[in-house]
Amino acid sequence: MSMSDNSLRLVWVYPDLLSTYGDQGNALVVERRAHQRGLQVERYDVRSDQPVPTSGDIYLIGGGEDRPQRLAAERLRRDGGLQRAVGNGAIVFSVCAGYQILGQEFINDLGQREPGLGLLDVISTRGEGDRCVGDVLGDIDPQLGLPPLTGFENHQGITHLGPSARPLARVTLGRGNGTGDGTEGAYNGTVFGTYMHGPVLARNPLIADLLLKLALDVNALPPTDDRWYEALRAERMNAAQQPA
Amino acid sequence: MAGNTDPLSPRAKLAVTAGKAAAAVSRAAGRGSGSVIGGRVSLKLDPDLLGRLATHLDVVLVSATNGKTTTTRLLAEALRASGPVVSNALGANMPAGITSALAGGSDARFGVIEVDEKYLAGVARDVEPKAIALLNLSRDQLDRAAETRMMAENWREGLAGSKAVVVANADDPLVVWAASSSPNVVWVAAGQEWKDDAWSCPSCGGVMQRPGDDWFCGECGFRRPAPSWVLSGDHVLDPHGSAWPIHLQLPGRANKANATTSAAVAAVFGVPPQVALERMYQVQAVAGRYDVVQFQGRDLRLLLAKNPAGWLETFSLIDPPPTPVVLSVNARGADGTDTSWLWDVDYTRLAGHPIFVLGDRKLDLAVRLEVAGLDFRVCESLDEAVQLAPPGRIETIANYTAFQDLRRRVGN
Repeated sequence: MSMSDNSLRLVWVYPDLLSTYGDQGNALVVERRAHQRGLQVERYDVRSDQPVPTSGDIYLIGGGEDRPQRLAAERLRRDGGLQRAVGNGAIVFSVCAGYQILGQEFINDLGQREPGLGLLDVISTRGEGDRCVGDVLGDIDPQLGLPPLTGFENHQGITHLGPSARPLARVTLGRGNGTGDGTEGAYNGTVFGTYMHGPVLARNPLIADLLLKLALDVNALPPTDDRWYEALRAERMNAAQQPA
Repeated sequence: MAGNTDPLSPRAKLAVTAGKAAAAVSRAAGRGSGSVIGGRVSLKLDPDLLGRLATHLDVVLVSATNGKTTTTRLLAEALRASGPVVSNALGANMPAGITSALAGGSDARFGVIEVDEKYLAGVARDVEPKAIALLNLSRDQLDRAAETRMMAENWREGLAGSKAVVVANADDPLVVWAASSSPNVVWVAAGQEWKDDAWSCPSCGGVMQRPGDDWFCGECGFRRPAPSWVLSGDHVLDPHGSAWPIHLQLPGRANKANATTSAAVAAVFGVPPQVALERMYQVQAVAGRYDVVQFQGRDLRLLLAKNPAGWLETFSLIDPPPTPVVLSVNARGADGTDTSWLWDVDYTRLAGHPIFVLGDRKLDLAVRLEVAGLDFRVCESLDEAVQLAPPGRIETIANYTAFQDLRRRVGN
């Protein structure tokens, strides 16, 4: 899709329920990098008692605790706005609990199978062992043409990919989807999911640029001064590889 | 040591003595005050020691995400009006540290005890306190602590059978929910600037409505209780409607809130608000926090902020621009190893201040400030930051271990 004017509509879905690990950071990074490219940004923070607008360009969904995750899934299913937006070609970037909600189903706080939105062909279950907590390194799907992934994970979920979802990355350190095959996250078309917080777009600003490029329907963006991001990335990658 | 330890069994006496010996060894070895190791040895020899040590005391427990060390100090000062106080004033707030502090206060009449949030329910069971002060709950160290609502749940279950008077902040929905299981609650309108952990009703999950200072759940009717004590500007309003001025050496709205809660607790112990508040003026700095120190010929004020709610309250008390601000962040074990909380802090509040960034995670802060559109300098050390800072008193804000590093560097 392409934007009708010079303004980007950025929708942050349900911060009242899904904003636990600095998730606002992803919205701030997209906003900042859009501004740096001369775009106007209209940001909508949509609470779970409000309808999700269907005319957004980029939608962000964050992580949360188990009960808010179930409530968010119930309210998003009932609302239907996010599904319609994706039908219109919108871009969705989701993290952790939000990632699970976009899938076919996940295990809710009551231990039951909860239907997701079916926007990603993934099914999530709950891991038996310890939570996955710590720094993650990985290689992003070469089709996306992005530098290595760095992030921080803190989750107990295991996410299995169906045939129409591609793994977002392969981890070289950390657990990612927790399936033991090294995959991390998933994407299909314009819908993305990841277990990385950090927040992930602050650690990987070129993923934010990918979302902008998809929204603008362009292959390249004007360069930005990324020296602090690059310094942080180098430091975190180096630190993650040190023995604990 | 005589007098009040007499009710202790020989085993308990042995446990106290062994703990003190271990603490002395630890001190001699240069490993800090030794209070935690001492307490640990004592509790191993007599697991019920904490309860036994508390039997001859009127105890108040203080717990919260933020402000518990300061409130413990203010309250200890207030209760000294009525008798000797024993307190874990150095912030060793888990069972071993608490045991060690109580073992050192044999002549005390009151115990004013700071308790880590995770241990509140257990300590409340062991010491049967007369009062429990609950200040606030918000996100903190999520990589290793329970999620915030789970913490409220833990309090709620743990306090359900307590005979204590619970003095709780009516402005924090999570605290209200945790305290409402208790039969005897005194509500204090102490305020809470940070709201982002309580947009979802802790009882039913409905969306909270928060018009002005009020709050309620639109779905289940859970709502802000009517407070009997109120922080109103620079005054405490007591249950009779009398207004008492707050004079503190400690800065900021959050400390006025801590003083208000302390006055309400002091009343439970028979100390009138006027007396309690006057005594609180004595408190100048708390374990280095709020201290103004000289370093390289400059005045630095040392401020501790460990989590988003704490940073928010700290931003509201610093001197206005162009006061220089030094920020330092680490992510060691005691800080939590996940720095994502930086993105929950509204750093745009620092616009106009010259900003200097240091600490183990200075690059995380640099990216955070870059995205906030602020100017800043990344420094290798406090010395460099102070040399670069324009004239005027410097506000230094740091999280837990970064704060300890700063204190060491300035010799505080």
